Amino acid sequence: MKDEAKLKRTAKKTATYLLLGFVGLFMLLPFLWMLSTSVKPADDVFASSDSPVKALVPREVHLQNYGKVYEATQVMGGGFARWYVNSVIVAVVVTLGQVMTSACAAYAFARLKFPGRDKLFLGYLGTMMIPGAVTMIPNFILMRKITQWLATAAPLVNWDAARVVSLFGRTYEIGPLVGLDSYFALIVPAMFSAYGTFMLRQFFMSIPRDLEEAATIDGCGLFRIFATIILPLSKPALATLTIFTFMGNWQSFYWPLIMVTQDSMKTLPLGLLSFMGLYSTQWDLLMAGSLMMILPMIIVFIIGQKWFVSGIQLGALKG
Amino acid sequence: MPNLLGFLAFTLIPVLASLGLSFFAWDLFTPPKFMGLHNFAALLKDHEFWYYAFNTLFLMLGIPVNILGSLLLAIVMNQKLRGIVVFRTIYFMPSIVAGVGTYLLWRWLYNPDYGLINTIITNWFPGWLNNWIRNLVGEWPPTWLTSITWAKPALMFMTFWTVVGGYNMILYLAALQGVSPELYEAADIDGASARQKFWAITWPLVSPTTFFILTMSLIGGLQGGFEQAFVMTRGGPAGATTTISYYIYNQAFAWNHMGYAAAMAWALFAAVFGVTLVNWRLGGRIVHY
Repeated sequence: MKDEAKLKRTAKKTATYLLLGFVGLFMLLPFLWMLSTSVKPADDVFASSDSPVKALVPREVHLQNYGKVYEATQVMGGGFARWYVNSVIVAVVVTLGQVMTSACAAYAFARLKFPGRDKLFLGYLGTMMIPGAVTMIPNFILMRKITQWLATAAPLVNWDAARVVSLFGRTYEIGPLVGLDSYFALIVPAMFSAYGTFMLRQFFMSIPRDLEEAATIDGCGLFRIFATIILPLSKPALATLTIFTFMGNWQSFYWPLIMVTQDSMKTLPLGLLSFMGLYSTQWDLLMAGSLMMILPMIIVFIIGQKWFVSGIQLGALKG
Repeated sequence: MPNLLGFLAFTLIPVLASLGLSFFAWDLFTPPKFMGLHNFAALLKDHEFWYYAFNTLFLMLGIPVNILGSLLLAIVMNQKLRGIVVFRTIYFMPSIVAGVGTYLLWRWLYNPDYGLINTIITNWFPGWLNNWIRNLVGEWPPTWLTSITWAKPALMFMTFWTVVGGYNMILYLAALQGVSPELYEAADIDGASARQKFWAITWPLVSPTTFFILTMSLIGGLQGGFEQAFVMTRGGPAGATTTISYYIYNQAFAWNHMGYAAAMAWALFAAVFGVTLVNWRLGGRIVHY
């Protein structure tokens, strides 16, 4: 009897593993195909449709494809390297900005008492339901017209001119100060997040008030309490939000798409898309580029997995 | 409070501005012209708009399948097994990297002549199966993204791959871990089958999670479909993959019809709002807390 039960358990376990493995293969297969295409010699890309095995296992490994992505795009406003730098700048600054502004606002909503606080918070939540396009249209118009308006308001500054910086003996175009094709347009409108405010508020609410009361008696001001008590206690929530925001912004597409026209100001997703426009059949290079784009996300995800899982549950707890 | 100022400047004011804008016609070059409710009336008569609304709803038909898939996957994962974290990581990967990179990847997977999917279908599917499907649906293996019939299913299948092991599965896992094992033990003693246990215990107890996921998926689905269509099909063939959000993009940022686009964005908002309200109403009755 005991053996039979054990056998049954083993059979069930094996079946589970088989099922899990099958699903895993389904999830991984596209990535394997991406990897294999990205290292194939150009001639092989279109020469393997007679066998899936041949399609998935490259005959030779051409790592130089990755270098070629860099070279082939260089004429496009600095190319892949420049897009990578742009993506890093935008994602990092937006993430830092979102986490900082969200933390401040969340603290206010969680602890400060001011008239209309709860109504305002409801308003915040309500905006999460509004389609992006609703706010994007006026924001686009603002960014498009802002240089004209500023030129009337402050005519001493040349708002339209594209700026240039010199670094290590080379010059780089960094676009105008504000308006289309500027870092300002890519970064600032994306820096305020209702979601982050909501998530951190939920977390701050769960911190017991005793500590703060003790600190108040010791004569601590609000900002000191915030900086020395609340923030250190919230490290897990802050880490989660940081990872979430970074992931969300690394591949952000819609807003940069309407903000940027020049190649040199593109972020990676936009750059890859215009690369595809020029090299539409060079799938080896396109896959190499795509892989380089998603690699940081995979790394960040694997390192930050713990926070990721807890963050998803934190964000959904409102029910 | 810088967040509040930013929120006002880039969210609240734009929301009001686009509401105002929806009563005007404006191409950004000539001064805006007041049109009253004309934009909304035009929307009702715009055949393209209704076709794209149909497309959007059609693509949303995948939502129940995705949700069910996530739940089943979570049930299988909800066991004490070695290496389960590795599987979770792999399943989660597609939803993490979803974006232009994976859209390009799927565009290549769906390539009619050299893509992996058709390579597998022609070489590994048995001949009788391919013939049978061909008799049934006509075009097989299909040209996927360039076929009016297959472009939408292709996108839905890609979405399934993207989301099935992602956030929703993690939410279900958390919900399942909250279900007391005693309930299952009691059911075992009563001799309940696996199916009975699922419908009598698991399904009702995870219903708040299902409700949350469904609500979010509907909201997302109504607003979705722009990025993938922009990267993979440009909304084609013949508009078959253009969704409302893509149409808004075209009206606003390709054709400079700011007022009309704003009106459409507000109509979309109304739809999202309506769905959410109905959901909350019904949810109170169906969900077991």
